[in-house]
Amino acid sequence: MNDQPLLELQGVKTFFRIKKDILKAVNGIDLVIHRGETLGLVGESGCGKSTLGKTILHLYKPAEGKVLYKGRDIWTYSKTERKLYARQVQMIFQDPYASLDPLMVVHECVAEGLNIHGIYTPKERYEKAIELLEQVGLNKEHANRFPHEFSGGQRQRIGIARALALEPELIVCDEPISALDVSIQAQIVNLLRDLQEKKGLAYLFITHDLSMVRQISDRIAVMYLGSLVELAHSDNLYEHHRHPYTKALLSAIPIADPDVEAKRQRILLSGDVSSPIGIDQMCSFCKRCHYATDLCFHEKPLLREVAEDHFVACHHLDQVDKNGGR
Amino acid sequence: MTEQTEKMIFRENDFEPLPMDEAAAEVIARKQTTYAKDVWRSFRKNKAAVISLVAISMLVLLVIFGPMMVPFDYYTNDYEVVNQPPNAVHWFGTDTLGRDLWARVWVGGRVSLMIAIIGTLLPEVIGLIVGGMSGYIGGKVDMIIMRLIDILMGIPSLIYIILLMIVLGSGNILTLIIAVSITGWMGSARGTRGLVLQIKNRDFVTASETLGASPTWVIARHLLPNAMGIRVVSITLTIPSVIFYEAFLSYIGLGVAPPNPSWGQLIKAASEVFRYYPYQFIIPCLFISLSMLCFNLIGDGLRDALDPRLRD
Amino acid sequence: MSQDKLLEVKNLKVSFRTYAGTVQAVRGVSWHLEKKETIAIVGESGCGKTATIQTIMGLNMQNPICSKEGQVVFDGKDLLTCSEKQMRDIQGNDMSIIFQDPFTFLNPTMKVGDQVIEVYCRHHKATRREATERLLEMMRLISLPDPEKNIKRYPHQLSGGQRQRIMIAMALICGPKILFADEPTTALDVTIQAQIIELMKHLKEQIDTSIVLITHDLGVVANMANRVYMMYAGQIVEHADARTIFKNSKHPYTRALLGSVPRVDQKTEGGLFSIPGSPPDLIDPPTGCAFAARCSQAMNICKRLQPPEITFPEPEHKVCCWLHHPEYKARKKAVGVGERHE
Repeated sequence: MNDQPLLELQGVKTFFRIKKDILKAVNGIDLVIHRGETLGLVGESGCGKSTLGKTILHLYKPAEGKVLYKGRDIWTYSKTERKLYARQVQMIFQDPYASLDPLMVVHECVAEGLNIHGIYTPKERYEKAIELLEQVGLNKEHANRFPHEFSGGQRQRIGIARALALEPELIVCDEPISALDVSIQAQIVNLLRDLQEKKGLAYLFITHDLSMVRQISDRIAVMYLGSLVELAHSDNLYEHHRHPYTKALLSAIPIADPDVEAKRQRILLSGDVSSPIGIDQMCSFCKRCHYATDLCFHEKPLLREVAEDHFVACHHLDQVDKNGGR
Repeated sequence: MTEQTEKMIFRENDFEPLPMDEAAAEVIARKQTTYAKDVWRSFRKNKAAVISLVAISMLVLLVIFGPMMVPFDYYTNDYEVVNQPPNAVHWFGTDTLGRDLWARVWVGGRVSLMIAIIGTLLPEVIGLIVGGMSGYIGGKVDMIIMRLIDILMGIPSLIYIILLMIVLGSGNILTLIIAVSITGWMGSARGTRGLVLQIKNRDFVTASETLGASPTWVIARHLLPNAMGIRVVSITLTIPSVIFYEAFLSYIGLGVAPPNPSWGQLIKAASEVFRYYPYQFIIPCLFISLSMLCFNLIGDGLRDALDPRLRD
Repeated sequence: MSQDKLLEVKNLKVSFRTYAGTVQAVRGVSWHLEKKETIAIVGESGCGKTATIQTIMGLNMQNPICSKEGQVVFDGKDLLTCSEKQMRDIQGNDMSIIFQDPFTFLNPTMKVGDQVIEVYCRHHKATRREATERLLEMMRLISLPDPEKNIKRYPHQLSGGQRQRIMIAMALICGPKILFADEPTTALDVTIQAQIIELMKHLKEQIDTSIVLITHDLGVVANMANRVYMMYAGQIVEHADARTIFKNSKHPYTRALLGSVPRVDQKTEGGLFSIPGSPPDLIDPPTGCAFAARCSQAMNICKRLQPPEITFPEPEHKVCCWLHHPEYKARKKAVGVGERHE
């Protein structure tokens, strides 16, 4: 068992300058992903999860902190190494209608990576593309068609085939199912699980769908406005979650069962998801938190291990626990 | 939900299981269609655009073969037949020096159209490259190029043209083409840059980057092809303005020198005798207007055909 | 019971002529809405639910490629035969609709307060002061924070949740009898979604509106709906009260859909159930049951003929499936096999 994690994030911060303000999209994240595991990253819009995904993919440079792949900082790579990184870490995108070039035929889309790296002859690339399409449940007839002739689910599968072409070890899945119909979502998640088993892939599964992420993740991290608030093993998170945001989030998700819904007591957060501009030395969640005190507005809580492999960032866990999470 | 009567006739094996064919569930029923076919289909529906396309084709044919259809050339003076209105011998009549207008109109058309087409395509290619790079790379490079364009565009184009005339010699087609290109590439660069800014944020471009593509790859394989549709519309709509510009330059004496005809030249020559021999003026005007109108209608038709919202 | 029927849709068919053929978006649906209830029309994209609602609201009237058949009875009139003017009087007044994306729905160049007042003044003669009073009343009802300030804002200055509230205010300001909600929470964050659902339930009581909820989100359905209609490929395949649909559904599509929805309170070992394939192309709909190609229990007759509607003795449970036809049950009994339990 190789204990070295595949990917390690150390204090990663990614900022954007918008006119005079600084948008701290990712504000200090420490994370680890091991070979063959799936880490779910959950949060609502604007929490920075997509930005984090793109930072890992070498698309955004962190203002602070390090992204270590197999122990090496990816920003110390030479030009060739940077190109090779594409053969280790790949991405699947959210919008199946925008993630494929409308002017490229399917087999060209799938084999583009191979083409860029000069692998195989054109004929071999074509054969490989067909092979990949078959692995994702499509077939030879689809190879010469254009993306707009396919449904959302099929396009997403083409995107997965494209990501697999370079035989990566880690795939960052950025909301891969949000734009799909319910029954197709299950198809794609099942496909991803199968591929993981067959190829030993690791996934960073970014989503806002807490119900779905449970079906595929080994561990789950909850993010709010650029910081992690809770991190635990999958079942642990759902059964023993402790951070007030996690509690509110889980209670807000509607469950497809009218009896359960009728009995549930929802924790309703006041206000809207706050703007990520201007937050600094304070807890990212304090403005909406029922338990916030002066301390929360002045000192950012660190992720602390509260149980085995279960981390929470909160100053007032004892208060939260006392109230049974209301 | 269908309502059916009680008296139904069932077959022997009706209630036996149907073997499920999973592959059948993935079949794409509709016929295969390419982007180009789709665009052509939409374009065809626009009658004005199609008629214009036919008209321009005929104009081009005439421009190429027209002069061969008569025994006269465009430069020989014949003082016996000056200022003749259109007749059986000289189909468009003759001008003040007895030259056959049919030949002059079509040879002039060659000049005007050639200047218009090359004078649009050449700057477009330059603009595509400059705008593509500027838009994709962004940052300082983009800023420098755009500020440069801003400055250059602030200088009236006539100044360039006059300077070029001095340097390269006035009156020949090459000078005119260069003159038009120098002013034209900037608009094209701006337009391309705008398109590239929109396209580069789309996921398939990010996907290409994550696959390890270099900027050249992304620009050449993804950004420019996707921008071409709209640029083609732009080209089609620029050509008429270049036709007109050439006419204007000729009219003020900066265009092609006589005896070489161009439509602008013809109009200029005819404007002096307009009161007495209007046909000499009207005929070239007619063809300039017609060609401009047709290119505009084709451009409009293309734009509608390419509009993604109007597609099924 | 028909006196209580607020809206009754009878055998509605809607098609669209496209270059590739005629898309039969809605192929004969019948449903009704009673007073003081919330019904849900559930289905995935392409099933025809949006086309149904747009046709009822008269939004398809000017569309030259759209053709309709059937009846939509509201307030004693058949809406499909009403003139444009008549429909305009109804829109926003007796029937309203809220859409998925409030940002594209609101006019970006008008203050939000003005947009809401515009709806009110379209249907009521009121002075500026009366209208503003009604507006502020509405703002309080939708719990918009700081109403006096926010009504003077533009849509881009508000958050997604606030915009959705404004859209709800616009829809409800004239006190309509029916509110159509087309995927009202799909574009929202989870915590905002919860707020909006609670708001809609609260307002329904306050304003005495019946709600037609169109969605594919079964969780929202479980939370809000009294009765549920399941739609697939332009037809209604099952209809029952909410509890029955979730606990005792009979149509294979309903059961498959429920099986493929993950629950946040359970982990499904061995993966979620997923329905293979994709919905059929409605330009050339299949002759038999539209779901047969993807149904694990399909029979020969399913491909050949469309199943009739079969009614169950429980209060209003109807299914369109050959598996529940008496002939099927009779044959299985004759063979000695017990009923197939799904």
